[in-house]
Amino acid sequence: MNLEAIKSEIEANVPGCRLELIANPSPSGQHSLRTGAEHAVAVAVYLRDAEDLRFDFCSNVTGIDWPSREVSEKVKVRKLVDGVEQEVEEIRKTTLAGSLEVVYHLFSVEKKHGPIVLRMRTEDRDSGVHLPSLTPVWRSAELQEREVFDLFGVVFDGHPDLRRLLMWPSFTDHPMRRDYVGPDDYEYEPTAHDEVLQRAQQHRSEADETQLGEAEGR
Amino acid sequence: MDEKLKNELSKQGIFTTTLQELYNWGRTNSIWPLNFGLACCAIEMIATTMARYDMARFGAEVFRPSPRQADLMIVAGTVTKKMAPLVVRLYNQMPEPKYVISMGACAISGGPFKQGYNVLKGIDRYIPVDVYIPGCPPRPEALLDAFMELQKKIDEQPLTGEKRPRHLNAGEPSEYAVPRYGAHDLEPTKNPNLWKAPLVQISQAGTDESGSH
Amino acid sequence: MSTATLPTAHFDLEPMTGPSKEQLLELSMGPQHPSTHGVFRMKVVLDGERVVRLKPVFGYLHRNHEKIAESETYLGSMPYTDRLDYMCSITNNWAYALAVEKLAGIQVPERAEYLRVITGELTRLQNHACLIGFLMQDMGSSGTPLMYAFREREKILDLFEALTGARMMCNYMRFGGCRVDLPDGWLDQAKKVVADFPRFLDEYEQLLVSNEILMERTQDVGVLSRELAVSAGISGPMARASGVDYDIRKVDHYSIYDRFTFRVPLGSHGDVYDRFMVRLLEMRESVSILEQAMRAVPAGPIVDPKMKIRGFRPKPGEAYGRIEAPKGELGFYLVSDGSPNPYRYRVRPPSLINLTVLEDLCLGRNVADIVAILGSIDIVLGEVDR
Repeated sequence: MNLEAIKSEIEANVPGCRLELIANPSPSGQHSLRTGAEHAVAVAVYLRDAEDLRFDFCSNVTGIDWPSREVSEKVKVRKLVDGVEQEVEEIRKTTLAGSLEVVYHLFSVEKKHGPIVLRMRTEDRDSGVHLPSLTPVWRSAELQEREVFDLFGVVFDGHPDLRRLLMWPSFTDHPMRRDYVGPDDYEYEPTAHDEVLQRAQQHRSEADETQLGEAEGR
Repeated sequence: MDEKLKNELSKQGIFTTTLQELYNWGRTNSIWPLNFGLACCAIEMIATTMARYDMARFGAEVFRPSPRQADLMIVAGTVTKKMAPLVVRLYNQMPEPKYVISMGACAISGGPFKQGYNVLKGIDRYIPVDVYIPGCPPRPEALLDAFMELQKKIDEQPLTGEKRPRHLNAGEPSEYAVPRYGAHDLEPTKNPNLWKAPLVQISQAGTDESGSH
Repeated sequence: MSTATLPTAHFDLEPMTGPSKEQLLELSMGPQHPSTHGVFRMKVVLDGERVVRLKPVFGYLHRNHEKIAESETYLGSMPYTDRLDYMCSITNNWAYALAVEKLAGIQVPERAEYLRVITGELTRLQNHACLIGFLMQDMGSSGTPLMYAFREREKILDLFEALTGARMMCNYMRFGGCRVDLPDGWLDQAKKVVADFPRFLDEYEQLLVSNEILMERTQDVGVLSRELAVSAGISGPMARASGVDYDIRKVDHYSIYDRFTFRVPLGSHGDVYDRFMVRLLEMRESVSILEQAMRAVPAGPIVDPKMKIRGFRPKPGEAYGRIEAPKGELGFYLVSDGSPNPYRYRVRPPSLINLTVLEDLCLGRNVADIVAILGSIDIVLGEVDR
């Protein structure tokens, strides 16, 4: 199953789509195809229905959080130094915008081949988090896309019932994001060390103060 | 009453006892647990009720499906924050006298999942617990041992005086506040009347001083 | 009677053809209910006894396994995988070890593969036996089938305790093999247990298979069509009972399953009875695999000698590894960025995905059927919520 061949086949048959082949450097050899949001449903339908592919089993839908990160690179620039034009090395920092990625693992029950990995990225991590839902194509994406919505915050357009799956409805955060800070309820940690020790000591001093306050109030 | 006199009389067919012993004997030997398992410890609880480590011979004859008919709630497994209000509500629905066994590391203090944002760090933050069983999961024999501890504890409860149990003490509450779901966490995070952070001497990392209190 | 959409209230002038909103009862088959599948809640809307709508509520056992794994090393997550599907800890470990081996390109020696197959199939035996026991208990035969199943399970758990030190949370697999080798006499004891197992299966079949109450309550109940099963990502015995011929042991050729001859039982109706029968037959196939495997265990190392666990940092990349767990397709998706902790750690839970079709199976049936259907799907909440 040659991913290059599949990519060209899809691009030939689904008008307007542009797929990107993402190589996977690990020994697993599971390379992926990245698709844009506008043609994702058409690509998915083609993958499911094409005679030679027949990827009718969507096994796994998951999200990955790629927060924005700074990349610094050394650039040679011509600059005036003491009146003489010279080539100087400068460090240029660029910020790669963060995004949320949704990954689909597809198998074929009919042809018994797979996996094909399909990926989609959102525009950013704040307001541009809409992606088309592939639930109309594969029913197994229904609960898993709800989970990605719950834990990462990706909004799937076209999902029949997009609600939180695992956390309670009035919860406001998206816990699997890398910048999520959980609630601090480590009031007691018997073998505390490092940052947990600091927090435990802070909690203890707060508890001391409240106990002292109660004692004085009596 | 003198033990020897008691034995002599009982050989003659006259049994003497105190009201406290009789009352506690009835309660200890027929504690009916609530059919309530949360996670992996629930499977060990089920194994304890099966033929090999039979718990019915200790008096836990039937596991009641409804909290209104149960005496004992064995909190077996991780209590998550989503589940915590329901556990407290179930506890409130149980009629007095009621007991709680906190089975497994997760129910005691969060266990291996202590770092989790959705994990309640111990059910004793909201309801009073009588016996704690460490283990992950504790063996069925450990659960039987805890059950016997509970039976011993009930046996020793006097009917009058300072140490009388909660249901004979009109001043003690028998229902506890149910936490609500907040935007980031449960509100309140703990019941301050029931649980205060223990003031344990926390050792510095890298030194030899162990915690002592 | 159409049960697809929730009808709105009728006016008095129109004849009553279906239930009005006031006649419907919303019931919460709540997180605490006597059926021992764990803290699972279903919001059921009933018209009398018939189910009009069913919405499951998850998350009551969401223990943040994936988030914790991001702050643990790869090996540190192994004990947590025990607690996913807590009835079958060894197959969970196996799936995770397989995924990491795919990620880092680690080879597994022969003896370790045999040990994996033996312990994995023993796990499948006790899981299917207990599942049938729980299904019977939920349907009302309180105790007896479950007691028999737990009797066999205790024998297998004794084997696990002798081998790994723990009854349930075995933590047995390592990347590149197994943690500990067989103690003396273990294989003979295991052979004895496996030799006794067909007698238990005969007893079970005699009691249950032609039982009129079981047949009345389970045949044509919760029928899952083949197309819906494939589209909804159903895997494992539930899919095979609907006729989907997909067993990952035969498809992916992972481990050494190619060396053993075993059949894959398929159902044709896709109802609760078929799921129950498929599991019974799979137990017989597992016994056959065990007999073949235990005859041929070679000597050798149990862990890849080149594998170094200290400072284990797989190269950046990703891998998806899956096995045929007793509940279905259990997969682990790992994304590595070269550090000792995984960047993204995802469990593909068969129990959660098998629940996608719960509403479809239960619509139009009675409340009592919901219990039977849920019992036949074989869920464990540790896996559903992680």
